[in-house]
Amino acid sequence: MEQFAAVKRSKDGQPVQYLIVDDSVFARKNLGRIVESFGGQVAGEAGDGLTAISEYERIKPDIVLMDITMPQMEGIEAAEKIVQKNPDARVVMVSSVGYQENIVAALQRGARHFVQKPVKPEVLYEVIKYVLGEDGAVASAAGAGA
Amino acid sequence: MKMELIQPFINAADAVLSQGLKSPMAIDHLSMEEEAYRRKGVAAEIRLTGDIEGRVIFDLAPKTASIVASHFAGTELPESDDLVREAVCELANQVIGNAVATLNDQGFHFRVHPPELHTAEQGPKSTEDTEALVLCFETASGSVYMNIALRYNASLEVKAATGGR
Repeated sequence: MEQFAAVKRSKDGQPVQYLIVDDSVFARKNLGRIVESFGGQVAGEAGDGLTAISEYERIKPDIVLMDITMPQMEGIEAAEKIVQKNPDARVVMVSSVGYQENIVAALQRGARHFVQKPVKPEVLYEVIKYVLGEDGAVASAAGAGA
Repeated sequence: MKMELIQPFINAADAVLSQGLKSPMAIDHLSMEEEAYRRKGVAAEIRLTGDIEGRVIFDLAPKTASIVASHFAGTELPESDDLVREAVCELANQVIGNAVATLNDQGFHFRVHPPELHTAEQGPKSTEDTEALVLCFETASGSVYMNIALRYNASLEVKAATGGR
């Protein structure tokens, strides 16, 4: 897999912590590999929206990557509940069901961005940098080490 | 089943498989399934409800499933690995999700249910109003079958017949 210049947290130079939410173990592993190629760390995983909410409170990750179609509670509802309680939460929806209505609903309910599956690592990389804004720094540019 | 329903699935399968396998694919054959569906190997089924209803099954011979899953995972997976079955479900999810996105933007509204492994050897025979179309995609990793049985929701057909009244 292609390696990217590491994106670190600008406040402490530590790896960006991710919570990955998808009902597919395979999709979670794949996303995990991708964010690790960005220098990130998978801090937690969840297979449904309800678990995602409790995992968010436990881990307080820097970024949540959230699928939409999941059992128990779907991703858009879970994103909304997380953001209601944690207005600074950065939730990026990652779904194959990327039609306009879904994208608009996700953004209106608190998601910061939407990435269509199958995930292109270079696209997700740019989205992560955008969503982190000043809270993220590309290691080579910031001199924080790779 | 009208071609306007099928084309988005073909386009989505092309996009997802070509990207995941990093090689082009082609439609080997397309046929209507008149007999009951018979599973070929590792199969994932996704149900759709709403303006368009029915199900789509992705089906790969065990060896093909293992090769395809290994490509998508970026690491070799044995045929027996649970991740192979998970990968086929995720593949189905991505193809159908992309197709549904296109159909939704054309004005059809429906819900996509999470993929489920199709474990039965045989499925129900297609009926006159839910005929099944089988598409075989030839990839460098082997054949990938997509069995589509969809129909317009009855209420949508009534709406269309009455001009939306």
